[in-house]
Amino acid sequence: MTIWWAVAVTCAACYVLKLAGLSAPRRILDHPGVQRFAALVPVALLAALIAVQSFAHGQALHVDWPRTAGLGAAVVALLLRAPFLVVLAVAAVVTAALRHLLG
Amino acid sequence: MGIAVGLAGLAFGAAAVTAGLTVAQACALSLFAFTGASQFALVGVVAGGGNLVAGTAGAILLGARNGLYGLRLAGLLGVRGWSRLPVAHGVIDETAAVALAQPDERSARTGFFVTFASLYLTWNATTLLGALGTSRVADPAVFGLDAVGPATFLAILWPRLTGGDPETRTLRLIAGGGAVIALAATPFTPPGVPVLLAAVAVLAVLLRRPR
Repeated sequence: MTIWWAVAVTCAACYVLKLAGLSAPRRILDHPGVQRFAALVPVALLAALIAVQSFAHGQALHVDWPRTAGLGAAVVALLLRAPFLVVLAVAAVVTAALRHLLG
Repeated sequence: MGIAVGLAGLAFGAAAVTAGLTVAQACALSLFAFTGASQFALVGVVAGGGNLVAGTAGAILLGARNGLYGLRLAGLLGVRGWSRLPVAHGVIDETAAVALAQPDERSARTGFFVTFASLYLTWNATTLLGALGTSRVADPAVFGLDAVGPATFLAILWPRLTGGDPETRTLRLIAGGGAVIALAATPFTPPGVPVLLAAVAVLAVLLRRPR
């Protein structure tokens, strides 16, 4: 499966899901389990993505110290209530600076 | 919110090209998938050298919540028949949040379409800029751009995890559980699959506290 196929399938499926919601019978919404699952799934997936992108490379677990420090700096920025752009910039700058110093 | 989405668009364009997508692939995702979390998820798996089938499945699972927004917006927007086709494309986190926050149906409809139009333009323009800018950088890792993807997720997730109420504690439990499950599964499953398995954390919490 090439990247273009993954892009095309993701685009098509994401659109169909949006359309299905607009077109579905109302009673599905009334099921509390459906609502709750939909509200909670993104939290689990986002947390997993953060963990995997930070500490996994293929099937190996490894710690890239500059990147980990960059994310740590992002956490500090979030604790200080920094705006979105500042959080991202802090992560990139700290990672790049450490990589430059260590490499 | 427009500014935040614009910045996320830049980050997405940068992350996509850093992961190895072409500028055209990054722009196609923003034009036709138009749902940030799914786009970032697919790109994240590609970046990790992951299994594309699992990456696509993860992106689609994240896109499923737009279906639930659609359920809630259907009555509010009052769209039927063919008019649902273009409207459906705009059903995302931000438009749903704006529409559902309005006091009446008329302003909900206005809020939805204004948010949809402005975010669609912003998101696609900034994706292009971010992708083009990054594609001119020989090695994005030198500029720490590989940290931007996870930092974006962190910034999106953060507001939902801070606070002392029981619901927030549940969310922290799910986030922690999801991260641990994904890392524990990493050595044993193809890349992309660990992220999907993290959804088990939600099932565990739902079964523990039936509502």
